[in-house]
Order: sequence, then structure tokens, then C-alpha cells
Amino acid sequence: MTLYFLNFVLFIIGLYALVAKRHIVKKILGVSIMEYSVNLFLILIGFKKSGVAPILMKDMDLSTFIKTAVDPLPQALVLTSIVIGLGTLALMVAMAIRIYERYGTFDMHEINRLRG
Amino acid sequence: METLLPLFVAIPIFSAILILLVGKWDKKIFPRIWSILTTLSLLVLLVLFWDKGTIIHEMSGWKPPYGIVLIKDSLSQLMLLIVNGVAFLTIVYSYSYILRYEDYLRFFSLFMLMLAGMNGVVLTGDLFNLYVFLEIASLASYALVGYGVGGEELEASFKYLILGVFASMLILFGVGMVYSVTGSLNMADIARFLISHPGNKAVLMASGLFIVGFGLKAGLVPFHAWLPDAHPSAPAPISAMLSGVLIKVLGIYSMIRVFYHVIGITPIISNTFLAIGCLSMIVGALMGFGQDDMKRLFAFSSISQMGFVMVGIGLGTPLGIIGALFHLLNHAGFKSLLFLSSGAIEGETGTRNLSELGGLREKMPVTSASSVVGSLSISGVPPFNGFWSKLIIILAAFQAGKIWVASLLVLTAFLTLSYYLKFQKNAIFGNIVEKVKGAREAPMPMVVPLVLFAVICLFVGVFNYTIISNIIIPAQQILMDRGGYILSIFGNI
Amino acid sequence: MKENRKSGMTFIVKMITNIMIGFMIVFGGYIVLFGHITPGGGFPGGVMIALAYILVTLAYGRNIVERKVSGITASVVDDLGALTFWFIGIIGLCVGGEFLYNFLGKGKPFHIFSAGTIILNNIAITLKVGMSLYAIFLALAILGRVVTDKNERKDEQ
Repeated sequence: MTLYFLNFVLFIIGLYALVAKRHIVKKILGVSIMEYSVNLFLILIGFKKSGVAPILMKDMDLSTFIKTAVDPLPQALVLTSIVIGLGTLALMVAMAIRIYERYGTFDMHEINRLRG
Repeated sequence: METLLPLFVAIPIFSAILILLVGKWDKKIFPRIWSILTTLSLLVLLVLFWDKGTIIHEMSGWKPPYGIVLIKDSLSQLMLLIVNGVAFLTIVYSYSYILRYEDYLRFFSLFMLMLAGMNGVVLTGDLFNLYVFLEIASLASYALVGYGVGGEELEASFKYLILGVFASMLILFGVGMVYSVTGSLNMADIARFLISHPGNKAVLMASGLFIVGFGLKAGLVPFHAWLPDAHPSAPAPISAMLSGVLIKVLGIYSMIRVFYHVIGITPIISNTFLAIGCLSMIVGALMGFGQDDMKRLFAFSSISQMGFVMVGIGLGTPLGIIGALFHLLNHAGFKSLLFLSSGAIEGETGTRNLSELGGLREKMPVTSASSVVGSLSISGVPPFNGFWSKLIIILAAFQAGKIWVASLLVLTAFLTLSYYLKFQKNAIFGNIVEKVKGAREAPMPMVVPLVLFAVICLFVGVFNYTIISNIIIPAQQILMDRGGYILSIFGNI
Repeated sequence: MKENRKSGMTFIVKMITNIMIGFMIVFGGYIVLFGHITPGGGFPGGVMIALAYILVTLAYGRNIVERKVSGITASVVDDLGALTFWFIGIIGLCVGGEFLYNFLGKGKPFHIFSAGTIILNNIAITLKVGMSLYAIFLALAILGRVVTDKNERKDEQ
């Protein structure tokens, strides 16, 4: 439970950076931190203390295998979501560079031509 | 027959790659022709699949609870019709609209990627796969919104990007939470588990995350901050796709699929839908009044019309859902028409501000006529299609005994009529002003989709009974039948 | 070689890069080819190969690497990787009636030719991921350079 709580704290830190910081790059970092916390959460779902890799060897008993092996599916999900995160991050960084080109600043408060 | 189902996703992805690859040698003609052919082939595929009942495709040969399945039922069929129909007409329109940009390749490539993502969202039967396709469509749309790479476009796109990524993360969080409870990602399997183990707290939290996440994607009112900026900044075909299709598929469709089929609808969730719907409806309509920019006006009206749909879904009665799904179909038609016509008007006159326009009726007769049809449809004038769907939603609200909802619906319908009258009076009718003097009719590939959309609006309005009984009612029956959905996947095993 | 000394980082970095680069690419290839029987696969292997290219770019400067693999080549290879994956899926659809159907035999477990099409998919993903990461790096580097140059010129005026 503590792990889940710490994970949630990580999410909140990312959210804080996203909402409260004015610098675009800090906002991007906030998004990345949030992404990692979600990935960590997915990993935690499949986590077992002193678990083994989910490969069934010949000398293993099926019932002990089910008890000790970690769940491999969340790991596959995290791999996918890391790839998606990579794509998003590249897009965000490229967009930040372009915004700097147009406005000459990274400060989100000065980038306010639109009304929302 | 079920062999061909993955092609709905595979064909646009193939086109997206091929356009980039061949585009190294032919930058101008090939992308435009090839994307028209792609969307046309998707429509042919849809005709092949029309009314064939529920079709299931097991990816890579793995049986349902273990592998990813694609499902085409009547609800997916309705959404596929909306997605691929609007995409085809929009691509035809883009054939000459794209001339005002330098880079053709990436526009069409990203467009195809977005189309693939949306078709995937509609067809998938796996919760995590839904998230992946959602991200594909969203990533392509972030890049497309900022396609003009001007300062304002980038700002809008960045805002959309940040909120969209946040929404995706909430959805992923929700998916993880549902997985931790049920131990499965297959939608029907989750539904089967949740029916036998009701009242789980983690699932309740996941529902909250899903409402916020999908609500952000749909641009419903407490979460609408990105929409009025993103729609005006995007190129006109992309605004049409965003408003006509993307917010419906990524927001509304995912929401109803997840809540009606997977998690199960409860009175709390229904009432939340109803509250969000009423709020979006009123706020969108009131904000629409003060807008001078044509596309911002349409964007706020999109929020308001999505509110109508959410009210219909939140009522939870069969009639309400029929109205909501019918309004979804109609809104795709007339809102795409309006956004496309705004692109044509902007291309000829160089402005989108209503105060600088006037008398377009004489200079651009066909565009004006079709946008008049669009605005009459959206404001609910009989015999156009918007009237019938709004009437059904209002009747459903009366039937459910929610008089105050019905009165809000009627009020919003009048507000919609009044600000679309303002659009017509300022832009289409009135005296010819300075900026309009040099305007001519838009080129042929831009005019034809407009006219076709207008004809569709009129056609759906006149033959409303046929459309409802053949397309909408099967979708509504599928949507309300959670047990049938589970049986359709696990019944034959 | 004289011109090379001027661009890029110091001699020590270049020397270490020369030694490391072969190992990095070979290890990346190993991760890819044995991805179906040991931990690894197309994505990690592809990232390693891309990192090898990026390391050379950082050590020697952009021009040296771009003479070997230009941004256009990278994006063509990237597209070809994606197309390969797509065709593997479609061949499965034609042969077995299901997308990504395993049309090769399963083979003996724990040998390199086992698990059917997975190894082909891994190679396709490697091409896609490796080259697209490298292309993203190049694109961002060029974009960043253009923007800084513009702003410096603005400051001088």
C-alpha cells in the first residue's frame, strides 16, 4: 500500500509541475513524471515480493509457479506505453522549440495570444 | 468475411507509410490522389460489411479472453459510417484546400494515421488496445492542429497537447485500475467479471477517471479549455474532422462503449452524464453568442451540440439514446459542412470575422447555399435533420419526466437558432462589403463535398424514419444489451 | 582526418567512441535476434543501435555521420521497417485468415529459428525504432540549430 501511495505522490508532483510552472520545458518534465508514475503503477499491479520471472521450466510445479511468478501482462503494457510516451515527448519538444522560435520565450504567461 | 475486418485499420496505416515513402519522389500529386483512393476503398469495405450482423476477428488467432479481438456490431457500423464518410468528403475537399500550404506529404500522412486510429477505436474489443488507438489518433491530431506552424497555431496545439496527454494518462490509469480488479483486458471478459462481482470501489474510481479522461477528449464543459482554441487554429479540413468525428469517436463513443458495455451504467453515472450534458449545452450556447470569429462560433456550438448528445445518453431511456445517436450522425454532417464552408470563405476573402463579411450570397452562391442548409439544420428547422434528432431528445426528456432538462433543451435550441441567424445575417446575406468584392466561387473539389454534405443533411431529414429504423435502432439495441455483447464474443466458444 | 579533429568533442571521447561503437551495434543485434527466447526484442535493440549512431554524432559532429546515413536515408529505412511489419501481418491474413497469423513453423523451443514470425517482426521493429529515433534526433538538432541561429542574428541586430 505504501508503494501505491508513493506512486500517487509522484503523480501529484508531476501534476504540480504541469499546473504551477510557467516554463514550457518544466511543464514537459511534469508530463514525463506523470507518465512514469502511471507506468510504475502498472508495474506495481503485476509485482510480487520475491517473485520469479514468468517462464514455466520443466522442473517447476504449476501451483508454486502461479504463486511466485509475477504477472507479465502489465510489463508488456508498460513497454507499449513507454513507446507512446517517447513519441509524445518528441512531439512536445519539437513543438516547444517551434514556440520558442515564434515567441522568443519559454514563459507560458507570455504566450497568450489566444483566449481559451 | 471476418478475415477482412483488420483492413479498416491496416489500409490507412499502409497509406500513411506509403505516402511518406513515395513522397520522397513525388511530393504533390501522389499524396492527394492516393489518399482519395484510400478513403474510397474504406467506403467500399464498409459497403461490403454493411448489415452483416456482429462480426468478430481474433487477431493472430488467439481466442478472446487472451488475445485482442476486433468487433463490428451495429454501433461500430454507425460510427464507421460517420468516420469514413466524413473522411472521404474531407479528403476530396483537401485536394484543393491543401494548395495553400507548402508541405502536402505530412498532412495526408498524418490524416491517414488519424483515420486508422479512429477506425481502430471503433472496432477494438480490448481496453488497452482502445488506449493505444486513442493515442495514435490523438498524436496525429496534435500535429495536425499546429500544421500552419504560426505562433497561434502552435500555442493552441501545445495547449491541446498538454490536456490531451493528461487525459490519456488518466485513461491509462483507469485501464490499469480495472485490470488490477478483474485481471483481464478484454472488454467482454471484464463485463462478465463485473456482473458477478458488483460494487467494487476501485472500479468506481476508474469510472471517475474515465469520465474525466474521455470528457477531456470530447471537449465537454468543465474540460473544454482546449477546444475553442484548437478548432479555429487547425486547417479547415482538420477542424471538420476534429469536430465532426474525432471528439465523437474518442470522447462520446469510447465513453458510451466503456460505460454501457464494460463497467455497466448506474444511476450515479447517468446523472453525471446528464449534468455534464446540460452544462455543456448551456455554456457552449452562451459562449457562442459573443464570438466574432466564425470558426470559434462553430467550435462553441460543437460543445453545445455534444451537450445535447450527452443529455440523450444520460437520460438512459431507449428513446433518449436513439435521439443521441441520431444527433451524433446528424452533427457529423452539418458541422463538417459548416467548418468546410468556413475554410472556403476564408480562402476567398482572407478573413473569418463576421463583422468584416457580408453579401457572400451573390459572390459565392453554392458555398452560401450549402452553409445556409448547414446552419438551418443545426438550428433545428424542419425538414432538415437537426430538427428530428433534437425533437426526439426533447420528447425523451419529457417521457423520462425530467421537465427542467426538457426546458433547458428547448432554450438551447432557441439560442442555437439565434446565433446561427447572426452568422447568416452577417456573412451570407446583407450588403457586399469591401473584402468580399474580389471573392469568387471556390474551386470544384471544394464545392462538391459542400453540396454533398448539404444533400445528405436534407436527405437524412426527409427520410428520417428509414434512417432511424435501419441504422440507429439496431445500434441502440446493441448499446443497451450488455449481456448480448458478452454473449456475442463468448457465446460461440 | 585533420578536419575531423576540429569538429566534435575531444580526442578521448572520439577514441572511446571508436572502441565502443562496434560493441554497441553487435550487442543491439544480439538483443534483437534473441529477443524471442531471452529478455529483449525489437524495441530495446533498436534503441541501442540508434544510440550508437547518436553517440557518433555527438562525438564527431553531425556532418561526419550524415555523410554515411543522411536524414533522408534514415526516414526511408524507417518507412521500410514499418512496411515490412505491415506485410508480415497481411501475409498472415492471406495465409491463415488472421492478421499477424504465425505462418512459419514453430520450430524447436530455445533455438534461434523458433517462435515463427516473431523474429521477423523484431527485425522490422528494429529498423523502424532505430532509424526513427535517429531521425528524430537529427530533426531536433537541425531545428534547434536553426532557431538559435535566428535568435542570435536577432540579438546582433
